[in-house]
This record gives sequence, C-alpha cells and structure tokens, in this order.
Amino acid sequence: MQGGRALTPKRLVLLAGLLAIGIAAPLVLPGYQLQLTELLLFMVFALAWDLVGGQMGYNSFGNVLFVGLGMYASAIVQVGLFYDVGLYNEARGGGTDFVFDASQFLSGLALGIPAAVLVSALAAWLLGSLVLTMRGHYFAICTLGLGIAAGQVAAGIPWIGAGSGMLTPNPPESLGDETLLLYYLALGLAIACALSFAWLLSARFGLALNAIRDDEDKAEAMGLRTHAVKVTAWVIAAGFLGAAGAIYGNLVRFIDPTQTAFAGATIGVWMILMALLGGKGTLLGPIVGAVVFQITKELFWTYLLGWQRVGLGLLIILVAVFFPSGIVGFVRERSAAKGRAGEQSP
Amino acid sequence: MIGNLLILHEAPALALQLAIDGILIGAVFALAAYGMALVWGVTNIINVAQGEFVMLGGFIAVIGAEHGIPVLLAVPLAAACLYALGWVLYYAVIVHLVGRDMFNSVLATFGIAIVLQQLMAHVFGGADRIAVAGLGSWFFLDGLVVVDKMKVLVFAACIALGVGLALFLFRSRRGQAIRAVAQRPEAASVLGIDTRKVYGLTFALNAAICGAAGALAATYTVHPYGGLSYTIRAFMIVVVAGLGNLAGVIWAALGLGVAESFAGFVLGPQYQIAFVFALLVAILVFRNWRLRRQRRYLA
Repeated sequence: MQGGRALTPKRLVLLAGLLAIGIAAPLVLPGYQLQLTELLLFMVFALAWDLVGGQMGYNSFGNVLFVGLGMYASAIVQVGLFYDVGLYNEARGGGTDFVFDASQFLSGLALGIPAAVLVSALAAWLLGSLVLTMRGHYFAICTLGLGIAAGQVAAGIPWIGAGSGMLTPNPPESLGDETLLLYYLALGLAIACALSFAWLLSARFGLALNAIRDDEDKAEAMGLRTHAVKVTAWVIAAGFLGAAGAIYGNLVRFIDPTQTAFAGATIGVWMILMALLGGKGTLLGPIVGAVVFQITKELFWTYLLGWQRVGLGLLIILVAVFFPSGIVGFVRERSAAKGRAGEQSP
Repeated sequence: MIGNLLILHEAPALALQLAIDGILIGAVFALAAYGMALVWGVTNIINVAQGEFVMLGGFIAVIGAEHGIPVLLAVPLAAACLYALGWVLYYAVIVHLVGRDMFNSVLATFGIAIVLQQLMAHVFGGADRIAVAGLGSWFFLDGLVVVDKMKVLVFAACIALGVGLALFLFRSRRGQAIRAVAQRPEAASVLGIDTRKVYGLTFALNAAICGAAGALAATYTVHPYGGLSYTIRAFMIVVVAGLGNLAGVIWAALGLGVAESFAGFVLGPQYQIAFVFALLVAILVFRNWRLRRQRRYLA
C-alpha cells in the first residue's frame, strides 16, 4: 500500500492533467461555476470527515459544527472589520449604509478564512478532549447532538442575526465575477487538503490513525499516545472544515443557522454519504464520492424538483445498507478477486 | 435570564406549574425512550428515526381530530399504522443492519428519518399542528396553577400503555421470546425461536409505541422536522436509565420533562431545544468522565 503512493512520472502527468482541468473547468463551463465551487468544497468536507471517520474509525455525525462555526467566524470578521456586526444584522445587511469596496471585501476574505480555521480548530481542540474519549453509538449521537445544539444556539443570538440568519458582505461591482474568485479559493483549499492528507496518511501519523481504528486498546498498549493523535486529527479536520465553511458561506451569501450553517440533515449527513459512497478510509474515495454525489444531487434537483431530499434520503439508506464499501472499495475488491483468480489458473 | 429566576423565586406557584407541565410531557418521552431501549437491547441498533415515528403518529392524530376522531381513539389507529410501517421498514432496511457495524445502522436510520421528514413536510405541510381536544382545564390555587384535563388524560394513557407493554414483555410468550433474543440470540435460536421474526416484531412494536406516543404528543404540538429532538430525548433517557430498566426510564423521562420545562422558562423558549441537545452532550461527557477515572469509556 505504502509503495503504491510513490510519485511515478505517470502519476505526475495525471496530477498535472487534473490540475489543468481544475483551473480550466470554470472557464470552459461558465454556467456551472456555482456547482463546481460547491463540488470542490464538498470534496474538502468529505475528505475531512473521512480523516476522522474513515481513517480513524470515529464516525462523527456532527462535523457540520465546524462548517457552521467557520461560516459565522468568517462572516463576522468580514463584516466586523468595517462595520458594527449587530447593526449590520439588524439592518439585514441591506441598504446603502453597508457597502464594501473591493479592497474591503478582499481583505475581509483574506482575514475571514484564517479566522474561520482558527475558530473551528480551537473548538475541535476544546471539544476533542471531552468527546473523543467516547466510542461507538455514544460518539455518534453525541456529535449529532453537538451539531444540532450549535444551530439552535446560533438561532437564538440576535447579534449574529438569530433565526433569520446573516448575510455575508455583498461583493462590490468593481470586483467582477466573485464566484470565479471563490472557485479558485476553493480549488486551492481542495488541493491543499488532498495533498496534506496524502502526506499525513503516508507518514507515521496515518499508521497511527489506522491503528486506532483497528484496535484502539491495543494501539494504546503498544505505547501510542492515542488521545493526542485523535485530538490532532480532529483539529486538522476541523480546520479544513472551517475554511471550507467560510468559502461556502460566501458562495451561498446567506447563512441560515439551521439550514445552511449547522444543517445536520443536509450538509452534515451529505459529507458522510460522499465519503461512504466513494469509499470510506481511502484517500481517493471521498474525492470520487463528492463528484458522484454532486452530479446525483444536481440531477435530483433538476428531475425530482420538490422531492430531491426524499431522493437523497433514499440514497443514504441504499448506500449505507447495500454499498458500504463504496466505489473505490468495490473496484479494489473486484481487482483483488481478479488477482486471486489469475493466480489460481496460471 | 436572572430576572426569570427571580420570578420563579417570588412565585412558587409558577414553579409548581412548570413542574406539573414537565411531568405531564415527561410521560410521552418515557414511551419513546422505552421503545428505543427495546430495539437497542434486542437488535443493538439505535433507531435515529424514532422521533419521526413519533411525529408521524402525531400527524395521524391531528388528521383524525380534523375528521372528528377523538385523540384517544386515534392512539390505536396511529399505533396500528406505525406497526405496519415498522414491519415494512424492517424487511426493507433494518433486517440488513442487524449484526452489522453500528455506523451503518445509525446512518441508515438517519436516512429513514430524513425521508420521513421530507414526506411528512410534503403531505402535511411545514407548519406546527396541534390536535385540539377542548376538554377544558382544572384550576388550582385561585387559578395560579392551570392543569389541562387532556394532558392529564394523556399522562394516564402513557402509564396505561407502559404497563401494558411491560405486561406483554414479562408475561406473554412472545414477550419472553423478545427478552430471550435480547439476552442471547444464538441460544434463543437453538431453542426454536425465529430470531429474525423477533427482531422484526421488536422493531414494529417500537414503531407502534412511538406512534401511540406521537398521537398523545399531538395534543402538544407536532412538526415534520420536530422528530430529532424526540430521538435525542429518548437516547438521553436510555443513557441515564440504562438498558432494560423500566423504572429508571420513567424517572429519567419525568426528570427530563421537568428540567426542560424549567429551562424553557428560565432561558427563554427559543433555547429549549438547544437545552435538550446541550444536556445530552453534558450527560454523555459527565458519564464518560466518571468512567475514565476507572480507565473505561462509553461504548
């Protein structure tokens, strides 16, 4: 397995090709910029979920917590640098009182995204020592509760718009196409996420994660500082989720506390579905899963209008019950079976 | 918030009112929690769709009330509908999950919950609904404490259902089979019990209990997306009480009802659901912390 990750020239060409596609995609398909940006963010969501869920075996149902925290943190910084956040939300961000010029908008983003990373990572570090000592059902339901609780609390705080949500700063006209800007930000984030995870998983850290997944007590008995590893992985995942949340908030422009920020029944469970659909516990799986999911979602939105959530719910059930090894797992099993068949009949 | 605490201090009658309200709703929580404990104990599956079953039962009662069916008569109707749905879901989904990784069962039942939420929103609309009983109220302490007669009736019905369920589990042949499978499925199947049927019966029975609880909860309020808080309450009650502890479930449920009622008043109604979820996290963290001192953990 470890040797399979080496960078052969063939793989370098493949990666360069993917990069070229990534850079060219929004220019070739200008009508789909929004969906493509969302796809890149979904990749980050799924990868970050899989680092803790798939690689470490801690199946969180509340990772949306960090997405939501990132969204709010970034939006608050973006607004708060130039205006009073409470007044801004009271005015629903509208009117001529709250105008952001290009440099204000850009510097807001430039500070907002790191702030999102910081807030989410800090929350993960604080919660990690409390939550990551639970296992199984308890961890799953506890994280689910955390995600929902955050949404309910956010919906009660007037300073950030309470239940009616918060608008991210309006991008100025002079900036041109801001979706394209967000797309390239998301592309950079997705590449950073995939590369850093590839590096982490090929290093000793990846082995430690897998050891915790396979038998945590044994790993601890062998001298692995399991708790430190668990919290570290959770913090790294939360940092990426926070950054992705910050970009996602600016993409949809409107942060509803329970429907976009801490949306356990949509993004929160979709990121699990993507990781599972592509192949849990693999690096490629979440990426493939995100692509397949985004296409499926868009098709559902087009052809099942009004019933798309029902369709996605059914998809979750189907994948969880009948296709738990995912696309990458399925292909690997097939090729392994083929390999065995080949050995038996020389 | 402090102001509300002072009000409570100055008006003990209000505190009594809140406590009574909490105890009355607590009985509904107890039913849903007992159903969850049953499925958990027998199949080792946490049914995340528990609250959606409750809401579905509630909507059946609401629709029934609009057509002139009294709420108490809607209870068996809701239970029967949910019992049938329970069997359908069992053969479609749950049967494949028994004995599998817990992650798959949580995710799959979460999927069921999402599908049911969306279907309910489509069929019944996205608004809060209430089955109005119109039985009037009793007044105590010069009208300072008001007790809705219907809510007392709901409380009594919950007790009756709980007693009936306990009798079924401990006295009847099928109830014995369910308990036998919960203790040791291999031995039960050697003795000629069809474990798959028992799993199905348990799941359908749980759905029926939730349906009945929901029909009774309809006198409070039902909402297509209101189910998850019932699931979380049920889980929390089971965690506090432990599996197979009927008395514990009742005490925990009534306690939760009272705590929620007070929290809703002190923190403000907009934080009541947040309180439920935060309490869950706090209870789990606390229990886990206690276990950790013995180098054990919640699993």
